[in-house]
Amino acid sequence: MHIVVCIKQVPDSAQIRVHPVTNTIMRQGVPTIINPYDLFAIEEALRLRDAHGGSVTLVSMGPPNAEDTLRKALAFGADRAVLLTDRYFAGSDTLATSFALASAIAKIGATYGAPDIVFTGKQTIDGDTAQVGPGIAKRLGLLQLTYVSRIASVDPEARLIEVERRAEGGIQQLRTQLPCLVTMLEGSNTIRRGTMADALKAARAQVVIWTAAEAGIEELTKCGLRGSPTVVKRVFAPGSRAEKARMIDPGTSARDTADALLDAIFAAQGALEADVAAAQASL
Amino acid sequence: MTETSQPNAPKPAAAGGSRAAMKKELPERFKSYKHVWVFIEIERGQVHPVSFELLGEGRKLADKLGAELAGVVLGAPGGVETAVAECFAYGADLAYVIADSILANYRNEPFARGLTNLVDTYKPEILLLGATNLGRDLAGSVATTLLTGLTADCTELDVDADASLAATRPTFGGSLLCTIYTLNYRPQMATVRPRVMAMPERQERPIGRVITHSLGLVEDDIVTKILGFLPDRDATKANLAYADIVVAGGLGLGAVENFQLVKGLARALGGDYGCSRPVVQKGWLPAERQIGQTGKTIRPKLYIAAGISGAIQHRVGVEGADLIVAINTDRNAPIFDFAHIGIVADAVRLLPALTEGVTRRFSPHTRDRLAG
Repeated sequence: MHIVVCIKQVPDSAQIRVHPVTNTIMRQGVPTIINPYDLFAIEEALRLRDAHGGSVTLVSMGPPNAEDTLRKALAFGADRAVLLTDRYFAGSDTLATSFALASAIAKIGATYGAPDIVFTGKQTIDGDTAQVGPGIAKRLGLLQLTYVSRIASVDPEARLIEVERRAEGGIQQLRTQLPCLVTMLEGSNTIRRGTMADALKAARAQVVIWTAAEAGIEELTKCGLRGSPTVVKRVFAPGSRAEKARMIDPGTSARDTADALLDAIFAAQGALEADVAAAQASL
Repeated sequence: MTETSQPNAPKPAAAGGSRAAMKKELPERFKSYKHVWVFIEIERGQVHPVSFELLGEGRKLADKLGAELAGVVLGAPGGVETAVAECFAYGADLAYVIADSILANYRNEPFARGLTNLVDTYKPEILLLGATNLGRDLAGSVATTLLTGLTADCTELDVDADASLAATRPTFGGSLLCTIYTLNYRPQMATVRPRVMAMPERQERPIGRVITHSLGLVEDDIVTKILGFLPDRDATKANLAYADIVVAGGLGLGAVENFQLVKGLARALGGDYGCSRPVVQKGWLPAERQIGQTGKTIRPKLYIAAGISGAIQHRVGVEGADLIVAINTDRNAPIFDFAHIGIVADAVRLLPALTEGVTRRFSPHTRDRLAG
């Protein structure tokens, strides 16, 4: 089987800081990581390759330094990595991103063999849209299985895949045909520690780097800012509520403080008293 | 700006920066796109409440535009009728319906085909969907097929002076907000998470105009087959978003054991409990307990945040609460910027005192004892 995994280099959101005066993101020194949701996609791809043979190709669109992220991801044991990087991709929204990645995956298919499964993470931690996976599926004409919590079986001969998918109030069990695109749910597996051999191989590996032209993209108007129907008009931090919080003075004991706080709560939301009394009666 | 692939994240505006400079005339083929649509999500026979919340929001947008509001219902014959009636009860002027047994349960292929066909035929200018797993699965496909803009997880929707949809959402992992437009494409699509918008009042109203459309598919056309459905055993999982009272804890509680205090107060109040994102990242509580932009959005009558600093990504998940009570040792914590009642105190000491205070106030046993 040939399995392609889309990954993204993202800023470590735990370390993003907003400038207190200008309300802009302070990017300097924010470390980048592999989008954590993508690790579940990588692990699932490696498991399928280990079970059925074949290879795993990682692909990412990003700035030139995303090569480091791809190399780190290779150390888990993937077979090759492709970085799509070009100034034409700058400012891509989800529609333009799905166009670029779908084009690259088509080129990967022509170069290394048509993929049986394309994996993505559930979403990224910076954009949080969960739109790029479905976008790639639609553009490549692949069947789409999102929020997959478990791959029950893959039959490469019969070209069938059965999965469990997280739906509202339960798990949907689905069967579809290969090739397809799968977005993996978090917690669906645990990423392996790569072997020493994989780490050494990754350190020496040549990450394949493609410009738009090298990825076979001719329609540059579908890329980057020009290929993005959405426009960001304004970035801002929310203001404080007009009315400041009413601050309760701590009492001399925790009991007094608690009583003062409960008095304030039920003075503001008196209708809740009956509900809480009912809850207490049922305890 | 060096972002090269950040979906829906801020990117440079065109030179000049003003929207007038960015905006070209809407292409001729989109000028006939009119009216506001809400996709009505049906989960095993029930309309998802987010659809009603969106009808409430869609009503406001339609009124500002002088346009009509439509509910879009895809489902099995016999299953769509109730949903159609509910569309009108929640303020729709008309409903578009595709009733076909193929649509009895959600699958991407027939739903994406059906919704795309409706849009191509009846041309809405705005299309709203719930940001549920179903809504996101569907919206991503439909927007890509239509090659139009889609803004995920909006926290505010408005129509600006030149009738464009202004969709505001958190960005950069929830540290800032941004307002996004789809200027030159139609429809303008957006998803909104459950509970972000207020639930409008339901009013019994007669069924109005219903436009039925056919799916044009047979079961053999659809590759993906549903083998089964395993309902969640833990029904309480889904209740956090709709609980009337919620108590939540953050890293300020210091240790995983202290979440017993959060659960204790929630139980005493008859409410549910949750936590902020770092608590989930530390592995103290499972992801379904997370409150905030990437977790659950809540609109309780009472929200008590204990040891939570109040980052924007948390704030957007709780701002709909009627009463926000913040307990934090740091008097400069951002949570005091949007709480209604605040107290500078150590939650680990105050939570058990609150639980005891609630019991003293309300427990019939204590009251009897006091009376006796």
